[in-house]
Amino acid sequence: MPILIAFLCGLLMSAGIAVSQMIDPQKVLGFLNLAGDWDPSLALVMVGALIVYTLGYQLLKKRTKPVYEARFATPSSRLINKPLVVGAVIFGLGWGLVGYCPGPAIAALPSGSSGTLVFVAMMILGWFISRRLFIR
Amino acid sequence: MQNFTPFSALIGGAMIGLGAILMYALIGRVAGISGIASNAIFSRQGRSWRLAFVLGLLLGPLLVAATLGDFTYSTPPLDWRVVVAGLLVGLGTGWGAGCTSGHGICGIGRFSPRSLVATLIFMLVGMLVASLVHGGLI
Repeated sequence: MPILIAFLCGLLMSAGIAVSQMIDPQKVLGFLNLAGDWDPSLALVMVGALIVYTLGYQLLKKRTKPVYEARFATPSSRLINKPLVVGAVIFGLGWGLVGYCPGPAIAALPSGSSGTLVFVAMMILGWFISRRLFIR
Repeated sequence: MQNFTPFSALIGGAMIGLGAILMYALIGRVAGISGIASNAIFSRQGRSWRLAFVLGLLLGPLLVAATLGDFTYSTPPLDWRVVVAGLLVGLGTGWGAGCTSGHGICGIGRFSPRSLVATLIFMLVGMLVASLVHGGLI
C-alpha cells in the first residue's frame, strides 16, 4: 500500500507541475526574471500548494501516526547553518540560470529532450558529490 | 503581464499541495522531490516507495497530455547552461537538504524556520540570476 500511495502522490504532484506549467522552464523564468515582461503565475502555484498543505497539516496535528506507517518522518532540525544557506544559494544560481528545479526537470524527462536529459544527469552527479563532500 | 495564467497556476498548485499532504497523511513522508529522488538512487533503504514516487513523477505530464490533448511545454536547449545549472541544482539541493517542494511547500507548510530561510534565499538568488542572464542585464 505505501508503494502505491507514493506512486499516486508523485503522479498527482507531477500532474500539478504540468497543469500549472511549472514544467516549462520559460514559464518559471518569466517569474524569476524581473527585468522582462514579468509573469506572476509561479507565485500563485506556491499559494495554491501552500493553502492546501498548510490547512491539511493543521488538520493532521492531532494525529499520532500516519494511516499506513508507524510514525511521521518529520525533519526535526531547526538549525539555520552553513550547509542550508550555502546550499540554497547554489540551488538558486542553477534555478535562475535554466529555470529547472528537481521536480519539473524529472517530470519533463519523457519529452526526450537532450537538454532535460543532460540537466538531470548533472543534477544526479551533483547529488552524488554533495553526499561525498559534506560541507560543515 | 500578458503571460499571466492565474487559474491554471492555482489549480496546478493545489494539486501539488494535495499530493504532498496526502504523502504526509497516509505514509508520513515529506514530499521533497530532491530528497526522494536522490535517496532512490543512492540509498538502498526504502528504495521501493521512492522509486514508485519517481515513476509517478515521470507519468504525471503524460496523464495530463492524454486528458487535455493539446498540452505542450518547452525544454531547454542543450548548451553549457544546462550542464552548469544541473550540477548547481544537484549540489545545492543536496547540501541545502531540499528544493521547491521540500522546503518551499512542505517546510513552509509546517512553519519550519529552516525552510522559510532556504526558500527566501533560493527565490531571491534565482530572481537575481534570471534577471541578469535572461533579462539582458549582462
